[in-house]
Amino acid sequence: MEWETVIGLEIHVQLATQSKIFSGAATAYGAPPNTQACAVDLAFPGVLPVLNEAAVRMAVKFGLAVNANVARRSVFARKNYFYPDLPKGYQISQYELPVVEHGTLEVQLGDNESKTIGITRAHLEEDAGKSLHEDFHGLTGIDLNRAGTPLLEIVSEPDMRSAAEAAAYMKKIHTLVRYLEISDGNMQEGSFRCDANVSVRPRGQATFGTRAEIKNLNSFRYIERAINHEIERQIALIEGGGTVIQETRLYDSAADETRPMRSKEQANDYRYFPDPDLLPVEISEEFIEQVRQTLPELPDEKRGRFVYEYGLTPYEAGVLTASRELADFFEATEKTSGGDAKLSANWVTGELLGALNKYGLDVTQSPVTAAMLGGMIRRIADNTISGKLAKQVFEAMWNGEGDADAVIAAKGLTQVTDTAAIEQVIDEVMQQNPEQLAAYRSGKDKLFGFFVGQVMKATQGKANPGQVNDILKKKLSG
Amino acid sequence: MHNKSIVELSQALRAGKFSSVELTRHLLARIRRLDGRLNSFVTVTDERALAQARAADQRLAKGSAGPLTGIPVAQKDIFCTAGIRTSCGSRMLDNFIAPYDATTVEKFNAAGAVLLGKTNMDEFAMGSSNETSFYGPVRNPWDLAAVPGGSSGGSAAAVAARFAPGATGTDTGGSIRQPAALCGITGIKPTYGRVSRYGMIAFASSLDQGGVMTRSAEDAAVMLGVMAGYDPRDSTSVDRPVPDYTKTLAEPLQGLKIGLPREYFGDGLDSGVAGVIDAALREYRKLGAEVVDISLPNSALAVPVYYVIAPAECSSNLSRFDGVRFGHRCDKPRDLEDLYKRSRGEGFGAEVKRRIMIGTYVLSAGYYDAYYLKAQKIRRLMSQDFSDAFRKVDVIMGPASPTVAFNIGEKTDDPVTMYLSDIYTIAVNLAGLPGMSIPAGFCASRPVGLQIIGNYFDEARLLNIAHRYQQVTDWHTRAPAEFGE
Repeated sequence: MEWETVIGLEIHVQLATQSKIFSGAATAYGAPPNTQACAVDLAFPGVLPVLNEAAVRMAVKFGLAVNANVARRSVFARKNYFYPDLPKGYQISQYELPVVEHGTLEVQLGDNESKTIGITRAHLEEDAGKSLHEDFHGLTGIDLNRAGTPLLEIVSEPDMRSAAEAAAYMKKIHTLVRYLEISDGNMQEGSFRCDANVSVRPRGQATFGTRAEIKNLNSFRYIERAINHEIERQIALIEGGGTVIQETRLYDSAADETRPMRSKEQANDYRYFPDPDLLPVEISEEFIEQVRQTLPELPDEKRGRFVYEYGLTPYEAGVLTASRELADFFEATEKTSGGDAKLSANWVTGELLGALNKYGLDVTQSPVTAAMLGGMIRRIADNTISGKLAKQVFEAMWNGEGDADAVIAAKGLTQVTDTAAIEQVIDEVMQQNPEQLAAYRSGKDKLFGFFVGQVMKATQGKANPGQVNDILKKKLSG
Repeated sequence: MHNKSIVELSQALRAGKFSSVELTRHLLARIRRLDGRLNSFVTVTDERALAQARAADQRLAKGSAGPLTGIPVAQKDIFCTAGIRTSCGSRMLDNFIAPYDATTVEKFNAAGAVLLGKTNMDEFAMGSSNETSFYGPVRNPWDLAAVPGGSSGGSAAAVAARFAPGATGTDTGGSIRQPAALCGITGIKPTYGRVSRYGMIAFASSLDQGGVMTRSAEDAAVMLGVMAGYDPRDSTSVDRPVPDYTKTLAEPLQGLKIGLPREYFGDGLDSGVAGVIDAALREYRKLGAEVVDISLPNSALAVPVYYVIAPAECSSNLSRFDGVRFGHRCDKPRDLEDLYKRSRGEGFGAEVKRRIMIGTYVLSAGYYDAYYLKAQKIRRLMSQDFSDAFRKVDVIMGPASPTVAFNIGEKTDDPVTMYLSDIYTIAVNLAGLPGMSIPAGFCASRPVGLQIIGNYFDEARLLNIAHRYQQVTDWHTRAPAEFGE
């Protein structure tokens, strides 16, 4: 039987507010345990939550970016359950009336293929603290620094049909929230977390199969692997005569498998009800318009503009607009280069991204700045250096040896473009290799490369390759 | 000294007739000598009180005193006080010292009031007789066999017994008005949102409201003026200026329209109490008021609606008492579940557990619509009943409680009968309206309270109406025999 996979994602995005969603405590990551938890976060008796407007602003910003409906009135509810890292015994979350509903997001699946994924809703809620199980001699430590950090939970429609689509959607949301500057998207620190609802059904069947929810998918790599694994598990189960049960499964990246959470952990009746400590959130048209004014150019617009304005391929534009910082880097490079978009794109997507990946750096941490790269490209364009020499220049810049002009001067890498000088070298090479010359002239065309090599060797690679080709061709043919 | 009102004491302090330290010493001595009979205080803060009194005397000397400077008051033990235990009447918080002051406490401190101590109360404010307290029942100063009412029973008894000229209370379903009535004092629960709930330990957040308990309406006006006001730390507090409640106390009542809800005078109302209320209404007619019959058709649903909504909210509010961060923790928990079960099982008393269970049930999947949602709908209807009534009348009057104080132990085995003692006060909380109880006479030697209900933010009007009555009657000045001299 042929199977179709159905996937929906729930993405938890930590919002980049200065203070928590319902208290004045700071949200910065990495402070010593429990130093960023005030009486409200600790749920001391008598304390009350006060909504942080910045969190609402960010949620609205997201809503506008995905063409969603921003609710004029949304309501915070209490989700009741006991857990040590949940100080109040309930999580404040939006339930029946979320702040954002009915959005869409266009996801690129290949060069010329894209798909629209529906966004069911996005709602505001508070994060819980963390339980620390190590170093406490069999006891559990509780760190409530994270408790009360604002989260935007973005729930998709079950619109994805493969793990690759799910990963592409997740990446796109990640790109978007960083463009909007509503989250740092840092997955190692837990700022961006994903759960996947996965089911399979025979192709052509209209109704959905029973789904399993996979929790803890905190990297783009894991999400594909975990979903693919889950798809195989479900198909094997059904084909073996079994049935999928609705349950929550945890992805274990070390074992590369999903396994069910204990049933106790999923048997909660959360007893949602509107939080009487908070008034409904009323959002005016004016507020929405204000937020709309702060929307930056979004990834899709930027991608389109890069194709149109710089003549890049959709692929190149896609790579360059994957983050706002990279796109900015490209544009700054292109500008300093004197307008050579194609070359700038090649260098940014090629040499630069390669080096950044190799050293695990973010573009904002690049030792080669956009101005340095642009300056180097200008020297390629004006024939001071060849593309080949430029690689040496780039490496030197990366190693902190100064900008392109400094490197070129220090290493004497200026390209030889003097025709007379090149002719002289060629003449010498031809004299020194009479046998090869004879062979070439008798039809061994392949020896052309040999002569190019000898000329470049003689000039320490500085001869302009184009000129070498042209002159060599003339001279060899006699 | 102890029979003087806040207004009189304040004048005497300014005139230098005695100092705040002397006054405070006098009241502390009374508490030490007499509170063994009542059990109205859980904690008496002698040293701190005297330190505050000394500071107040300096302020008085400098001439920068306000109307509460140097005046000793008691705080219900539901308001968090930095550095002083806040027990909420529960074993759960027997060891709890808050690291912060409730907004209300801050305001009294800033006004220069002297904190005598923390008053006894029903556990987590759940009760109508002050018998659910972990610290034992409070006795009624008028008759030591009787309850003082609840949940602010300690505050009511302390004010009636002349231990403090004023005290704070909280009122979720009548917890200020009913004990004020049963102890023969004046109590006002303001409009929901008028007084900050920050630092006031929550029972049912949508109903809880802090207020004051004094002997006279005039004193209540002074205290409420200090306590009321917007607080950015409480999202449900209302940003609206606080009038000077003392300014309008003497306004004439000519033409005042008083509505009598016929539902408040039916079966279940003690005939003696009804007689006292009738007499009070005659006084109001003499003062120029007009009394008209009105109807609050959904009154009979107040108690059942309340006992769905209040427990629902409390079941969630009390989840934070889990033995993890503060409060009672069981000895040597085996695991997490054991920690929760035993800490909560040992820390909470029977009435609190009953309400947590009711609340958990009405919010459960499959029951939510039938109970919680339905109750919220009826709640809106009840608010509508009041709005309709206030189109016809200025205020509503009736009994604060269907009976006078009952005896200790009389209703403890019958929660439903106990719940019915708040039948006239609960609807006011459900609608969020301001309500008052003032002493209106006696029945079988126990005090009877007249309830006055106003429209939203009509506290000044209520205090004015109460004050005018107190100008022509002396019920509010009567002291229980054992505690008068």
